[in-house]
Amino acid sequence: MTAITVTRTAPPLLLHTLRLADTALVLGHRLSEWTGQAPTLEEEMALANVALDHIGQARALYAHAAALEGKGRTEDELAYLRDAPEYRNWLIVELPNGDFAHTMLRQLFVSAFLLPFWQAQARCAEPTLAAIAAKAEKEAAYHLRHAGEWVVRLGDGTEESHRRCRDALAALWQFTGEMFEQDASDRELLAAGLAPDVIALRAAWTATVTEALAEATLPAPPADAWMQSGGRRGVHTEHLGHLLAVMQHLPRSYPGAMW
Amino acid sequence: MSDTDTALRDRALAAAATVADPEIPVLSIADLGVLRGARVASDGGVEVDITPTYSGCPAMQAIADAVLVALRDANLPRPRVNLVLSPAWTTDWMTQAGRDALRAYGIAPPLPRASHRARFAPEAPVPCPHCASTATERISEFGSTACKALWRCTECREPFDHFKCL
Repeated sequence: MTAITVTRTAPPLLLHTLRLADTALVLGHRLSEWTGQAPTLEEEMALANVALDHIGQARALYAHAAALEGKGRTEDELAYLRDAPEYRNWLIVELPNGDFAHTMLRQLFVSAFLLPFWQAQARCAEPTLAAIAAKAEKEAAYHLRHAGEWVVRLGDGTEESHRRCRDALAALWQFTGEMFEQDASDRELLAAGLAPDVIALRAAWTATVTEALAEATLPAPPADAWMQSGGRRGVHTEHLGHLLAVMQHLPRSYPGAMW
Repeated sequence: MSDTDTALRDRALAAAATVADPEIPVLSIADLGVLRGARVASDGGVEVDITPTYSGCPAMQAIADAVLVALRDANLPRPRVNLVLSPAWTTDWMTQAGRDALRAYGIAPPLPRASHRARFAPEAPVPCPHCASTATERISEFGSTACKALWRCTECREPFDHFKCL
């Protein structure tokens, strides 16, 4: 049997920035898929706004990644002309939206991480990432509150909404471990004071999530549950390829198209 | 900075300040706090700094283009527009004139520095921009643009946009 090895292709700071950019873009794209299908008009606007925040963060991060890479690639080329194995986002954001409960629980998990993460990144000695983080942190606070309120409403709602929340929890929990992974590249940045220690963020995340799940009358998932891994190394679910096929269709079919 | 440079910088700021937010035409980018500064670069060109409100604000490109046009129209040498991210924009930078213009336009201006509200916690009442009543309620925390929330007045029954505090 041949072991599949994915070599690190980017220097730590570029890899870190790309991971953040890819996660923001893929989540933003997923949320944008709700446009025209949200349960209420207000939620339609909310999901589009949250999507826009993530896509805006992705643009700033890709522009920074392009500058760090220094090969003349643009933010658009990084977003639209890389294939799935080159993407470094967490698996949780590439999963299909599922139902509304599924989308909101995913947003709760991700935003509960991103809020303290951006706060910590804003204090790191990397000026551009700190500037992006200072802005993203304020947006994450809105996202977390919005998703948290929905998870509580749905979990502590009707029998049907509770069941859907439980199903979403069972499906998504295994994808939350990836947010706290730390590889050699991350440790290098941490030692240099350029990126936060994600392991140190775990307690705050667990507290936020546990409290919200309890208020939503949802069962606390086992702390030692087995966790999925791969996205940060470019090993993805089949869903990312389909997402990119839609997202990248236009710039790949009409290279250099402007409008 | 020489007197000529100071004059050029002031002219650049004045020209850029005429640019309005494309979504909220009563608000200039100076009143909005998006216009951050100007300088004469070493090559003699004029540089104007603008900062985005929300990360994904689609108006930023339109604003950057409009600033460039305004600088060219003012015959300023080699105009350029920089997008600066730090320090992060806050609604606290909106001028009083800007807040008054928003209210007159039917948008409730941002309140002074709101803290991060807890889940389901009540929000500070936003006065209705039409009748000034504080008997108002939020319909949606997300509105027609990234910077606005949707509210309604239970006194005059009018819905209105509220410029969110950030």
